[in-house]
Amino acid sequence: MIAGLAEATGTTSTGEAVQFWVLAVVAVGGALGMLLMRKAVHSALCLAATMLALAVCYMAQGAVFLGVVQIVVYTGAIMMLFLFVVMLVGVTSEDSLKEQLKGQRFAAALCGLGFGVLLVAGIANAKLDHFTGLSEANAEGNVPGLARLIFTRYVWAFEVTGALLITAAIGAMVLTHREHVKAPKTQRELAAQRVRDNLQVPPLPAPGVYARHNAVDVPALLPDGSPAELSVNATLRERGQVRDVSEDMQRRMAELENATADWLGRASSERPVVAAPRRSLEPAGNHEPEEGEQ
Amino acid sequence: MNPVNYLYLAALLFTIGAAGVLVRRNAIVLFMCVELMLNASNLALVTFSRLHGTLDGQVIAFFTMVVAAAEVVVGLAIIVSIFRTRHSASVDDSNLMKL
Amino acid sequence: MNSLIPLLVAAPLAGAALLLLGGRALDRFGHWLATALAALSFGFGLALFSDMLGREAEHRAVTKHLFSWVPVNGFQADVAFRLDQLSMTFVLLITGVGTLIHLYSVGYMAHDERRRRFFAYLNLFLAAMLLLVIADNYLLLYVGWEGVGLASYLLIGFWQHKPSAATAAKKAFVVNRVGDMGLSIAIMLMFAEFGSFAFTPVFDGAHEASEGKLTAIGLMLLLAACGKSAQVPLQSWLGDAMEGPTPVSALIHAATMVTAGVYLITRSSAIFNLAPDARTAVVVVGAVTLLFGAVVGCAKDDIKKALAGSTMSQIGYMVLAAGLGPIGYAFAIMHLVTHGFFKAGLFLGAGSVMHGMNDEVNMRHYGGLWRHMKVTFVTFGLGYLAIIGFPGLSGFFSKDRIIEAAFAKGGTEGWILGLCALVGAAVTAFYMTRVMVLTFFGEKRWQPDESGELPHPHESPRTMTIPMVLLSFGSVFAGGLFAFHDSFLTWLEPVTGHSEGDSPLSSWTVTGLTTACMLAGVGLAYLMYWRSPVPVVPPVGSPLTRAARRDLLQDDINHAVLVRPGSALTATLVWFDSRGLDGFVNGLAATIGGLSGRLRRIQNGFVRSYALSMFGGTLVLVASTLLMRSV
Repeated sequence: MIAGLAEATGTTSTGEAVQFWVLAVVAVGGALGMLLMRKAVHSALCLAATMLALAVCYMAQGAVFLGVVQIVVYTGAIMMLFLFVVMLVGVTSEDSLKEQLKGQRFAAALCGLGFGVLLVAGIANAKLDHFTGLSEANAEGNVPGLARLIFTRYVWAFEVTGALLITAAIGAMVLTHREHVKAPKTQRELAAQRVRDNLQVPPLPAPGVYARHNAVDVPALLPDGSPAELSVNATLRERGQVRDVSEDMQRRMAELENATADWLGRASSERPVVAAPRRSLEPAGNHEPEEGEQ
Repeated sequence: MNPVNYLYLAALLFTIGAAGVLVRRNAIVLFMCVELMLNASNLALVTFSRLHGTLDGQVIAFFTMVVAAAEVVVGLAIIVSIFRTRHSASVDDSNLMKL
Repeated sequence: MNSLIPLLVAAPLAGAALLLLGGRALDRFGHWLATALAALSFGFGLALFSDMLGREAEHRAVTKHLFSWVPVNGFQADVAFRLDQLSMTFVLLITGVGTLIHLYSVGYMAHDERRRRFFAYLNLFLAAMLLLVIADNYLLLYVGWEGVGLASYLLIGFWQHKPSAATAAKKAFVVNRVGDMGLSIAIMLMFAEFGSFAFTPVFDGAHEASEGKLTAIGLMLLLAACGKSAQVPLQSWLGDAMEGPTPVSALIHAATMVTAGVYLITRSSAIFNLAPDARTAVVVVGAVTLLFGAVVGCAKDDIKKALAGSTMSQIGYMVLAAGLGPIGYAFAIMHLVTHGFFKAGLFLGAGSVMHGMNDEVNMRHYGGLWRHMKVTFVTFGLGYLAIIGFPGLSGFFSKDRIIEAAFAKGGTEGWILGLCALVGAAVTAFYMTRVMVLTFFGEKRWQPDESGELPHPHESPRTMTIPMVLLSFGSVFAGGLFAFHDSFLTWLEPVTGHSEGDSPLSSWTVTGLTTACMLAGVGLAYLMYWRSPVPVVPPVGSPLTRAARRDLLQDDINHAVLVRPGSALTATLVWFDSRGLDGFVNGLAATIGGLSGRLRRIQNGFVRSYALSMFGGTLVLVASTLLMRSV
């Protein structure tokens, strides 16, 4: 069946044509989705779909080994690596799609369009009518054919890529490795430090617990209704994943105050000033690491 | 259908990837776009292999995948270490090289 | 015996090094050490001289190769010495007079704090001067030439706390540079023409060289000689050089260094013999300078400056004689040696007078000193008689032969030169009589010094009088000794050659004329300064006198001809440099800076922006590739 997929003709079988159009729609849809999704995790899933579609394309063109490798290595390993990093950075964080560089988006569109037109024109100009097909090359099977090439003509490149992979692995370890210059402080030392500095002697406040929100990402509220930032885990604060409910609460407080004032018939000037709703907590910049963070 | 359509598809995907590199700010997404461009070129290589009836194109695509894997490992490590120090994955925030 | 030749230079050089590097420890006996080393050098000279006399005339010249200095293929310079009769004469003069003046300086500089340094410089001068006269090639000669220039500079400016001395040293140095330039160009021309600058190849090759090139070399050598020997037009430094201590004036600026120009011309006789035009230039320079110096000497009231004018004039005689060619070389050197004796004696006498008169130099403030300093009077008087050419004394023989040779040049030229020399002899007699009368005779015109005390003239110490006495022996007898059976001429002939000219006047006629001129000059001076009272304040005088007091306007001419156009040129160049070049350069820098400031905006630090430019570049590349393919 595989050999029959790549006949030595200028056209393909109808089956392959149907398969191509379906896969092309999936691939382009996935690519566009990756480009347009606000959340990185969605982009990653869209790209996985594109890659799967491309894997099938490879197989349809007689590159069975590559198709499998595409699924195993790309969608299996590399995309998982991407997802890990996405989780590390914050799975729910969204990109602001507002462009900051002046004219960047317009220029990118122009360049992209021009490049696409050029490529298409180039391909169209090439007059690729006759496709030899791989039935002959794949006669003893696709994998043995590839192996013959890799271990004979391309053996040197193969060895070098091995060295490259090892270098990359070591490089990644070096880059992400955090050297401790001195021994990390123990809890006892941290407690003593806190007392000595007299900055935050009691434990940090717990996250807020409400009827509808009892997650760690919901800050507790201070008496005036503003959120207590210290009550949320520093990592969540950094990622900007703090769910601020103070606005909601303050709106309700204001409504309550107004209702009370209406009921008491007070003039507007005598009514108590209601604190303005706070802006939702922005991801903190690079503030000093908190003490309990180590 | 003429198999040359695979090439058009590769060109389209490559262009979308390139546009993504230019438009997106999240370093991870940016990396995904680079991967998409590599995949598009792989598709073109496989199609060329079919065009010429030899397996060399597939071998080169294979090597591309290996190199892409290495690149992703190092690139993601860089992103993680940048995120650790600057608490941001946006490439626009890493502009310390500016005068 | 030849191994003694380098020691001639080494002894005083070692003295200079020791004294300069030895520190205060040598303060107590350093001057005696220097004198001893000078005397040692004189001893070596005498030993070599007796050795030389023991050989036949044609085998007397010896060379001593010490080491290869610049052993480059095609450019060979050796440290080699040539000691022939000419060098020998100079060696004996330099070391002999030099030793005496070292001895004199022991007394003269007794109260100077920096005496050790002074003696170091004197030794340095001796070493350089000896190197100059015994060098076997022009490059080594040039080293000595510059060395004596340096020593002269250091010694003129020895009392550098006086601005006048510092300026005079600088002036001497700068003017000498002009002459040195001439010598260096001459050496380069020689190298270009003969491929060498050692004496033998140059002199042997001179026969094949074209006359134009020889004339050019000769003129450059003449320029060098003018600088070092204070000949017109580079004469202006010698008068100011009298700011140095008197022993320096005696040794360097009368007896030895200033005669280096004459040595250079005589040494290069092979070149000058074949370049008549250059020789004409030499005699013109000599004749002009001998009159120039004599006129200046007549007007100066400063005893040392009057003697400096006289030195200039006497060297003019020597240059004139050297320019006459083979008929004059020997007499130039002969006059040089006798002049070395009597002029050094005169300067030492002047120093002795100044020593006794609280460093007063104005002759109008002297008078009647013969009674107070008898030794000085006698030695100075003998020097005086020698220089004016009193029959029987040194100057008589040497100067007479030069005047004779000038006439023997022949034709109109000979007459003009001979008459110039005769007039010079008369003027010499006049101004020297003036110096003698103003200083030692007449009434006392002593003036109180700054503290209000009249000077108490007294005879100088033994260390000063002994050299004066010894030099006066030279002044009296050297000429006769040299002229006896033409011994000096015979002695030098193997080096310089000799030919008798055809003089239109007989030898006795010239002698008679010279003596008559001398007597006329003396008589005139006698009438003007002995018979009539000498005013303490100089009278206004004729325009010529006033000009002569200002050294015949030499500084004004230099200023007008050289300094002012030079300053104007420099100002123009500075203006051009600051406005034109700097303006261009700064404008360029500002433009580039501004452009860069604009261009910098492209580097906004955003990775995506850079990616966009890369992508755009790729676009352009692909497009151009496709275009090229389709064309």
